[in-house]
Amino acid sequence: MDALVNKRIKRVMKGDQDAFAEIVELYQHQLFQICYRMLGNRHEAEDIAQEAFTRAYVNIHTFDQNRKFSTWLYRIATNLCIDRIRKKKPDYHLDAEVKGTEGLNMYSKIANDEELPEEELMRMEVQERVQYEISRLPDKYRAAIVLKYIEELPLAEISEILDLPLGTVKTRIHRGREALRKQLSNL
Amino acid sequence: MMNACPEKVIRMMDDYLDGEISPSEEKELKDYLQSCSDCRKIYQELTKTIAFVQSASHVQAPSDFVQKTMAGLPKESQRVGMKRFMRHHPLMIAAALFVLLMSAAMMSSFSDDQQFSFTKQENLVVEGQTVVVPEGQTVVGDLTIRNGDLRVDGELEGDVTIVNGQYMASSGVINGEIEEIDQVFEWLWYTIKGTFQDAVSFFGGNDQSIDE
Repeated sequence: MDALVNKRIKRVMKGDQDAFAEIVELYQHQLFQICYRMLGNRHEAEDIAQEAFTRAYVNIHTFDQNRKFSTWLYRIATNLCIDRIRKKKPDYHLDAEVKGTEGLNMYSKIANDEELPEEELMRMEVQERVQYEISRLPDKYRAAIVLKYIEELPLAEISEILDLPLGTVKTRIHRGREALRKQLSNL
Repeated sequence: MMNACPEKVIRMMDDYLDGEISPSEEKELKDYLQSCSDCRKIYQELTKTIAFVQSASHVQAPSDFVQKTMAGLPKESQRVGMKRFMRHHPLMIAAALFVLLMSAAMMSSFSDDQQFSFTKQENLVVEGQTVVVPEGQTVVGDLTIRNGDLRVDGELEGDVTIVNGQYMASSGVINGEIEEIDQVFEWLWYTIKGTFQDAVSFFGGNDQSIDE
C-alpha cells in the first residue's frame, strides 16, 4: 500500500489533483475519526479533517517520501485538533445559559470541572458516554488515548505522530488510562 | 492514588497493558494479583476502561467529504504553476528580469545624483544653488543642471535640461529647448530616452559626434 501511496504522491507533487483525490478517498474515514474523537463534534471534525488534507496538499513538497504518509497526515490533523481545543475554551460565553439546564451557566459548569450530574450520565447512551469521557481528558492525554485505543496504532507510530519520545507517549497513555478509570469508577 | 499497591505492580500492569511485558514478569504479576484484592480491582477496572473506550463505534466521514475537500483546495499549487510558466515562457522571464535590473540600475543612478551640479560653460555664474547667465553675457552650448535652478539674465544659445530644479522666469533669452525634470519616473523616462538616442546616434552616423 505504501508503494501505491508514494506513486500517487509523486503525481500530486507534479500538480496532479486527481491523484490527491485518490489519497483523500483512501484516508478520509480514519482522519475524520481521529478528528471526531478528539473534538467530539461531527461538524468541527469535518472542518478540521478538510483543513488537514488541504495543508497536506499545499505542503506536499515538504513530505519525506522515506516516511509513512499516514503518520505525516495524522500529525497535521492532531496538531490542528489540539490547536482547536485550546482555542475553543475561551470561546464560550461564560454567562450564557447552558442548554437544558435552567439557571445553570458556564460558570457553574466550569466550577464543577464540567462534570455532569449522575442522573444525566445514566441517561446517556453508551456511544454518547464514551465520547463524553474521552472529551473530558486533558488534550495531551486525549490524543495519545485516541491514537492508541481508537486507531489502534503502535506506540512507535504514535510517538512519531505526536513528535514525542516513546517514554513520554507511554506516560501519557498510562495517565490517560488512569484518568479514565477514575472517571468511570461509578460504572 | 493507588498507594495501597506497590509501585512495581503498577508498572508491571502498565507494561502488561502496553503489551510489553517479559514472560517472567508476567508470571510475577499474575501471582501478585492473586494475592492482593486491591491490585486485582485496579487491574479489572483498567481492562474494563480499555474495553469501554474500544467500544466506541467506528465513525465514517460524510459521503460528500472527498468532493468537498477537493473543491476547497487551492486551484493548483502555485509553485507548480510558476515552474510551468517559467518552462513555457523563458523569453518573458528574461524580459521581466531585464526590466527589473535596468530600473534598479537607473533608480540607483537617480539617488546617486542628489548633489548640485551643472555643465561647465564659459561666463556662467553660480549664486548658491542657482546657475545664472549674467546680464549682457552670452553662453554658448547645451546646459544640464541637477538639483539647482537656472536664471537667465543674459543670452543662452543651446538647450537646457533641469533635473530637480526649476527655470526661474527671467529677463534673458534662451535660443533652445527647455526641459524640466523633477520626478523619479520622469527621470527614468529621460534616462531611457537618452540611452535610446545614444544608441541611435551610435548606429545612425558619426557626423554628430565629429561635430561636437
